[in-house]
Amino acid sequence: MKFQIPIGPQHPALKEPISLRMTVEGEIIREADIRLGYNHRGLEKLAEQRTWIQNIYLTERICGICSHSHTTCYVQGVEKLMELEPPKRGLYIRTLVAELERIHSHLLWLGVAGHEAGFDSFFMYTWRDREIVMDILEIISGNRVHYGINTIGGVRRDLDDGQVKHILDSLEILRKRSEYYKNLGTTEPSFVARLAGVGYLSKEDAIALCAVGPTLRASGVPMDVRKDDPYAVYGEIPFEVCTADTCDVLGRTVVRIQELFQCYNIIEYLLKNLPAGPVAVRAPRRAKPNEVVSRYEAPRGENIHYIKSNGTDKPERLKVRAPTLGNYAATIKMLKNGFIADVPLIFAAIDPCICCAERAVSLVDVRTGQEKIISMNALKQLSLKISAGKVRKREAEWPL
Amino acid sequence: MATVKTLIYLIIYPGLLFLFLYSTFVEWYDRKLYARFQNRMGPTHTGRFGLLQPIADFFKLMAKEDIVPERADRKMFSVLPAVGLAIVFTAMLLLPVWNYNLEASSVISFNGDLIVLLYLLSLPTFIFFLAGWSSTNLFSTIGGARVLTMLFGYEVPLFLAVLSPAVLANSWRLAEIAAFYRQRPALTLVNLLGFVIALICVQAKLERTPFDIPHAETEIVGGTFTEYSGKKLALFRLMMDAEMVVAAGLLAAVFLGGFPGGPLLGLLNFVVKTLFVIFFLALIRATTSRIRVDQVVSFAWKYLAPLAILQLLIVILVKGLIS
Repeated sequence: MKFQIPIGPQHPALKEPISLRMTVEGEIIREADIRLGYNHRGLEKLAEQRTWIQNIYLTERICGICSHSHTTCYVQGVEKLMELEPPKRGLYIRTLVAELERIHSHLLWLGVAGHEAGFDSFFMYTWRDREIVMDILEIISGNRVHYGINTIGGVRRDLDDGQVKHILDSLEILRKRSEYYKNLGTTEPSFVARLAGVGYLSKEDAIALCAVGPTLRASGVPMDVRKDDPYAVYGEIPFEVCTADTCDVLGRTVVRIQELFQCYNIIEYLLKNLPAGPVAVRAPRRAKPNEVVSRYEAPRGENIHYIKSNGTDKPERLKVRAPTLGNYAATIKMLKNGFIADVPLIFAAIDPCICCAERAVSLVDVRTGQEKIISMNALKQLSLKISAGKVRKREAEWPL
Repeated sequence: MATVKTLIYLIIYPGLLFLFLYSTFVEWYDRKLYARFQNRMGPTHTGRFGLLQPIADFFKLMAKEDIVPERADRKMFSVLPAVGLAIVFTAMLLLPVWNYNLEASSVISFNGDLIVLLYLLSLPTFIFFLAGWSSTNLFSTIGGARVLTMLFGYEVPLFLAVLSPAVLANSWRLAEIAAFYRQRPALTLVNLLGFVIALICVQAKLERTPFDIPHAETEIVGGTFTEYSGKKLALFRLMMDAEMVVAAGLLAAVFLGGFPGGPLLGLLNFVVKTLFVIFFLALIRATTSRIRVDQVVSFAWKYLAPLAILQLLIVILVKGLIS
């Protein structure tokens, strides 16, 4: 018996609205489909009406977890447009915050993976230790979520010796805890039984479907913007690109845990080799007409900002491609022929940040499949016209 | 006078009131342990140490709006929680804690009450299945199907594990089995393997992690209970707590030498031993992740069932040696 299960737009496994429609036979998924567009963010339009500086704080609010990723990506692009060279110390601090953010994002993901697999103890433990990173970030920037540390031409706050010492001390605790999670996440029998072999994505498929970030690296493709196209100071830092060849959720877990250790090494290197000097240079108010594409390796994968300037103090166009969008095509491939029980795990394994990837709503006529653009007022008129004089139907056809 | 005595027996002790209070206490104990294992506080606010939290939750749920889906089988949907609760409370009275006489059998303690208790413990599983099925919700239907699939896995090992001590004790009566092991405490060790198997099976019967598959919230929302709310959900929750007490009591009676010492000391024994068993249940819950339903069945038949048969063999050999 085939029937369709709607996971989302509201579902306990999803923290943000998205609709996964699964056609299942018993417990096995035969068809999968993803519907986007439950969340309209007029962010790109808004960016066109704000100055270069104001937009830093706007892009920061694209995502609550990789907030620094979006600002860095944007700021790097703008610096290229303005032909600015930020000072070394500024770039070091920028990279430091980026790596701390990666730790906090990966620890958060580990917890979510534990929760989706019904392993709540793992969830509670990783989130407890995530607080250590959050505290470090608060000490550096004054904020836990939106750090507001980037500015065009450098960073806004400097580090002092006390902060450096605190970070190095906390890193030791984190290293020890991460060892424990590595051991637990890869040996606990019931947890491994849920992860191993689930959501298979072959190397060829991963490349063909343009997967990004840990999802891609877990399929054995060593692709990382930090290595392939070094930005900030990644060119001079020794670190490795972590990969796994199991191509499943277990591989994605292992890649993220290994990346944690790389993050600790990078941070240690950054703090021990912190150059002296200013943290920022003065930025001009306007940028010459030009366009730029900025790439950044966010914790979830490659983040791309396209910025076009027209000589004023505002961008003419800002286009954001969040990493989650790059992984949707691969997700459908991974979901097929899996179990219903594995849907939350497979979907969570790409570390989805749905609202970051949402841009606009398109109106589709259900009967003809035609898409059209319509103004808000016209839409309101249309809905009034259709529902005029009708009694509201109480029982909706389920599943919707 | 006899009528009053019966009424007190049914309503106050060890009837509804005591069972209700003890079930909620056990829920608190389980929640607190689970929370402490996870480095959390657990209930703290309602009552001393949060002891009244489960009761507060129960009454809060009782006051909530009660919705029956339009397409659901109305009668079946409404009556199931009450029937389930009645079954579990009846099963609780069969535990050899209250008013049993080893010499003479009575309504609540007779030869074969072990079988009846196991049977009464099987019924809630069907109640859950019917609850899921009669909700007509997709998630409930899948949950109901999962309940039954799991039943095929754990039921046989559970029966084998619980019945083998009875074979050694040469009785089908809980009180007599307990008395047998109290006289020969060393023989309890023979059933150690069976105790571990029974613990795992009871965990599956109570649908707790790693076997909380029928109501895995990240997969199928509320599973069997998706459509239940208000009073009915409150009764179901109470029923699951009571089921935990019965299952823990059954294991304590069969494997841990029962509850000797008359009304007061017996009750104390009962509390200590059930909490001991529930400690292990909470430990399993905290240290594992949810497995898939196909993994449950293969795990049960690959490992639990052969081990349970091994336990039965050991018991038969030991019985031959001591007689």
